[in-house]
Amino acid sequence: MSEHQTSANKMGAPHAGPDGEREPTRRDFLFLTTGMAGAVGVAAVAWPFIDQMRPDASTLALASIEVDVSSLQPGMSLTAKWRGKPIFIRNRTPKEIEEANAVALADLKDPVARNANLPADAQASDLDRSAGQGKENWIVMIGSCTHLGCVPLGQAGDFGGWFCPCHGSHYDTAGRIRKGPAPQNLAVPTFSFVSDTVIKIG
Amino acid sequence: MSGEHSTYTPTSGIERWVDSRLPLPRMLHDSFISYPVPRNLNYAYTFGAMLSVMLLVQIVTGVVLAMHYAAETTVAFNSVEKIMRDVNHGWLLRYMHANGASFFFIAVYLHIARGLYYGSYKAPREILWILGVVIYLLMMATGFMGYVLPWGQMSFWGATVITGFFSAFPLVGEWIQQFLLGGFAVDNPTLNRFFALHYLLPFMIAGVVILHIWALHVTGQTNPTGIEIKTKTDTVAFTPYATLKDALGVSVFLIVFAWFIFYMPNYLGHPDNYIPANSLKTPAHIVPEWYYLPFYAMLRAITFNVGPIDSKLGGVLVMFGAIIILFFLPWLDTSKVRSAVYRPWYKLFFWLFVANAILLGWLGSRPAEGLYVILSQLGTLYYFGFFLVIMPVLGLVETPKRIPNSITEAVLEKRSGGSPATV
Amino acid sequence: MKRVLSGLLSLALLAGAGAAIAQENHPAQQGAAAPASGEHAGGGEAEAHGGTPHFPIKKPAQMAWTFAGLFGHYDKAQLQRGLKVYTEVCSACHSMNLVSFRTLKGLGYSDAQVKAFAANYEVQDGPNAEGEMYTRKALPSDHFPSPFPNPEAAAAANNGAAPPDMSLLAKARGIERGFPTFVFDIFTQYQEGGPDYIHALLTGYENPPAGVEVAPGTHYNPYFANAAALAMAKPLNDGQVTYDDGAPATLDQYSRDVAAFLMWAAEPHLEERKRTGFMVMIFLVIFTGLIFLTKRAVYAAKEH
Repeated sequence: MSEHQTSANKMGAPHAGPDGEREPTRRDFLFLTTGMAGAVGVAAVAWPFIDQMRPDASTLALASIEVDVSSLQPGMSLTAKWRGKPIFIRNRTPKEIEEANAVALADLKDPVARNANLPADAQASDLDRSAGQGKENWIVMIGSCTHLGCVPLGQAGDFGGWFCPCHGSHYDTAGRIRKGPAPQNLAVPTFSFVSDTVIKIG
Repeated sequence: MSGEHSTYTPTSGIERWVDSRLPLPRMLHDSFISYPVPRNLNYAYTFGAMLSVMLLVQIVTGVVLAMHYAAETTVAFNSVEKIMRDVNHGWLLRYMHANGASFFFIAVYLHIARGLYYGSYKAPREILWILGVVIYLLMMATGFMGYVLPWGQMSFWGATVITGFFSAFPLVGEWIQQFLLGGFAVDNPTLNRFFALHYLLPFMIAGVVILHIWALHVTGQTNPTGIEIKTKTDTVAFTPYATLKDALGVSVFLIVFAWFIFYMPNYLGHPDNYIPANSLKTPAHIVPEWYYLPFYAMLRAITFNVGPIDSKLGGVLVMFGAIIILFFLPWLDTSKVRSAVYRPWYKLFFWLFVANAILLGWLGSRPAEGLYVILSQLGTLYYFGFFLVIMPVLGLVETPKRIPNSITEAVLEKRSGGSPATV
Repeated sequence: MKRVLSGLLSLALLAGAGAAIAQENHPAQQGAAAPASGEHAGGGEAEAHGGTPHFPIKKPAQMAWTFAGLFGHYDKAQLQRGLKVYTEVCSACHSMNLVSFRTLKGLGYSDAQVKAFAANYEVQDGPNAEGEMYTRKALPSDHFPSPFPNPEAAAAANNGAAPPDMSLLAKARGIERGFPTFVFDIFTQYQEGGPDYIHALLTGYENPPAGVEVAPGTHYNPYFANAAALAMAKPLNDGQVTYDDGAPATLDQYSRDVAAFLMWAAEPHLEERKRTGFMVMIFLVIFTGLIFLTKRAVYAAKEH
């Protein structure tokens, strides 16, 4: 089969004559163009197959929920579900707030607030972790450990906040990581008080 | 292969290292690059490439659709609609898959017709042909079960009717039907197992395809003259000659495919399948997917009892027989000449067979009444007559045309006789 | 070889034609723009062979739709009018379960308008903390609620025939085109059988011709796909819905608008599909041309 060797540049070999210099060049260009067009086509076809993995329109549409918190007395919590994850809403006691305020920011493992309602560089003070001025008692967090996503237990652990039983991460009463493998404070989702008793998350 | 020595020469150290451990690159090189194919292959020999592409398209789209589909009767229909409405590019993937099934069958029918015309099933290619029939059977099973998954009216009633075939068999029929359905009627267990099998069978098809290509590369391709390769001048290298011809054929095929996907995605489907399955209400007309219609026509053509066999069982036997008979084709054809090119009478009967198959397809979509039934019966008669009478007898009585001594001679004759084939 | 090739190509064409047969149930003359006379269209060849009557008696007329053709697109004003007709008339009996309010943005509405529109509807949610189901205002993420709690209730309220869900109606209906029209349809890419049928049905109510018995509780309509009469009474009349954009308040206009809207409801990605398709076709044609040239160059080198 040697006379039918395969690579494209040998294709013009039988032509090597006076105009043999020009012809193979034109052909090489043609082969290159065809090959490139094929590559572009394959890449374009690949996109829908990748794109279909992203969250679909109905998933993205379930972006916000409203939660009635009128029944939560200080020291009580509830868990709502938002985007498939638990949301911890806690009406904190004055003692818990005090404990959280007593911690120096320099002692925190993660000094950033991780609060979606504030600028990304906001400090992890108790105020900036809570629902803000006048609503310091409320804390709203995504109940998903920042280590590997287990749901932490409430009012547990060395700091009286949350404790993740999977790998032993301890969070304080403001949901800040204090001890254990988790790298960040529990995330605060976008939320707002629609009225005094209804929180809209998302 | 076919006795050729490998022409693969590893050039780099890595290639040599791999070659001495797992000579996969050598195998691919010998099978798809240096592999010699007859120099006179025409575009009828590109359908195999189209089929490979369609199998790939169906597996890839099918796997991603399965990421969104739910095989449970209460949600199956809506999960398909969710794919159509909410999943990113879901409409495209589903239309590719649904129309892909039809185009897979278009390609396979063309491929089979090519085999019939050029006598590709004859010795020494019997196993190659039989593997092809096995692939075709697996495709039919896969297509049928896939059509059930959207759980529309045609899905449900198609499944009911087709599994009903088995109830025609005496004594064991009902047991077989309940075994297939996992219940007394088409229901959730049926849908679940059909989904599992619909996912499995394409990979079995892929496995048999590998055997099919292996068998092909042992015997070598046939060609329009039906003369075996004798010398090197009869052949060209698979790459680039056959590869490029295949690529052109596939590309044209894809244009037609894209036309259907983007501009008439529901043309080949049935409107009733956009109505959710209702086990209490049968659609006015149940029609299978177009690719089963000729067999459906033959099923319905048997309206009479033959001795102890009632018309129901008779219809089922005829329908299954129409496929089973293909397995015996290599031994039914008695002609010494392979290609229809040199068999004037066979050529005529072949085209009649094609016309008859299309006629049967059309009849399968008609209501089973009046003239349609009589035409179906005549069509069924010709279908079986072609294989059981014409093929064996014609081979003995037909006088073939003069056959060239070699492929090269045939090519040269043609070139001097007609316009030179510079393309 | 050329002859064989052309033979196989014609075979391919015929196979394509055979493919089309799949969706055919009745042969009958194609209804031209003007409705054929009842006797003529109803007496397709099938009827000549058997005693069973074949429906519909008349074939739908082929309408001009903006969403037909290679560059088809929805007329957003028309869709909004169609939504109005659906909301004010059809939705009293017909559900549209698969369509969510958020997708109404495709009709040209803003987020706020969609939210306000959804808030007109009450949907059931729950259970709440007490274990009770409750109703609340619909959100954009909700789907159109059904007018009846379940199909049985829908059937009970409508003489035993549950009104079909309208989400997919425009794709779930289509009168067979017959030979040879269905072959031409491949080239003209006719896919508007559903809207044509809906328009024909809505405008097609008439008094039964002399000698035709209509079962009690049904209404004669020669365009109905399955019988001579259907359970739904004539739903739309001139002047019934008030349009804000000056479009004529006629039955014909209502029928066109609601049929177009139902096409959108059934196929919301139609525009994207046709746009993508055009680019794909251009690419494939160029790519095929390139392969052809490459192949010719390679084979030209061989023939010496």
